[in-house]
Amino acid sequence: MWKWLHPYAKTEETYALCGRLYPWLLWPAIVLSVVGTLWGLAFAPTDYQQGDSFRIIYIHVPGAMLSMGVYAGMAILGFIGLVWQIRTCYMAIAALAPVGAVMTFIALFTGAVWGKPMWGTWWVWDARLTSELILLFLYLGVIALYGAFDDKIQAGKAVAVMSLVGVINLPIIHYSVYWWNTLHQGATISKFDNPSISSDMLWPLLLNILGFGLLIGALACRRLQNEILTREMRRPWVQTLLLGEGAK
Amino acid sequence: MNPRRKKRMFAVSSVVAVIAAAIGLMLFALSQNIDLFYTPSEILHGKDGTRPTVGQRLRIGGMVVEGSVERADSSLDVSFDLVDTGPTVKVVYSGILPDLFREGQGIVATGVLQEGNVIRADEVLAKHDEEYMPPELAEAMIGIKHEKPQYSQGTN
Repeated sequence: MWKWLHPYAKTEETYALCGRLYPWLLWPAIVLSVVGTLWGLAFAPTDYQQGDSFRIIYIHVPGAMLSMGVYAGMAILGFIGLVWQIRTCYMAIAALAPVGAVMTFIALFTGAVWGKPMWGTWWVWDARLTSELILLFLYLGVIALYGAFDDKIQAGKAVAVMSLVGVINLPIIHYSVYWWNTLHQGATISKFDNPSISSDMLWPLLLNILGFGLLIGALACRRLQNEILTREMRRPWVQTLLLGEGAK
Repeated sequence: MNPRRKKRMFAVSSVVAVIAAAIGLMLFALSQNIDLFYTPSEILHGKDGTRPTVGQRLRIGGMVVEGSVERADSSLDVSFDLVDTGPTVKVVYSGILPDLFREGQGIVATGVLQEGNVIRADEVLAKHDEEYMPPELAEAMIGIKHEKPQYSQGTN
């Protein structure tokens, strides 16, 4: 069933796959994010309570959802990497971590900017905000840990373990607003049967979530290609590739 | 799957499961400290058997009771009642309230508990819910309760 995945354990196959996927991810990502952001910021109706301030949701929610999505992806890669001993997975974790860290930062930053006018404070140590901050530290930990080893196989195993252990934070982030009382409000759109947002506000948000997701995919592909080239610099296929591209 | 992979999968899964269980127990033990605020009924009846004492600094969260907001004429002093499901607790505050503050709205106040279930607050934060809708729809669904107050129309 999973046989088709096996060639991608080889780095050159993954390199080629990422190169093929990149434009298919990048262009839809740009189109969707531009349409979603313009629609959300300029054309969606204002909120009955928060007026125009609520529009920051169109950046905040995609950032927050994908900060968790990317971490979940890293944990899955870590699991596969550890169990099947596939180096490409470790490289993919290293490629994803900075992208996820940026998403987490976007979520925290836009959340603070939203919180000041609406709640009246930039920051409060409630469960949702604190657990999201811990997620940022987990990302920074993964990045630092990967950089700390000279032997990148060891580094890969270490970050795989760290990604896997940190995945416990994800349900905590998601359910923090239900398990404890918090200043942060509950979930709006993950209640798919009945989202508490009117549909003309929801559509641009969904476009942006999809657009940000594809953008992360595109960035991850490029970063993984880079990582593979750097790590396999001395392998013959890289040399041929580079010489070939240089000659063009 | 070959036995070595099976063994590794078992090892990895059990490490994650054990750590998840440990963190779950820790959070469960700490749960009352992770809560951001006391509700009014927890202030009166206590929470898990401990009642907050007079002079204790705490946060309270609840709904502002309709018709309970009293503003002083010549200062920024304001007082209002908070409620969750049962009893009300009075909050007195001096300062500028957040824009979203209104009767029927959820708020979180930080302050010191005083005699007679009064909280002298030094910070009032507005809590908003997860509902987003255009004003026309809100008017149709829940009446005009949430319309912007008149005085902010001219300045915004």
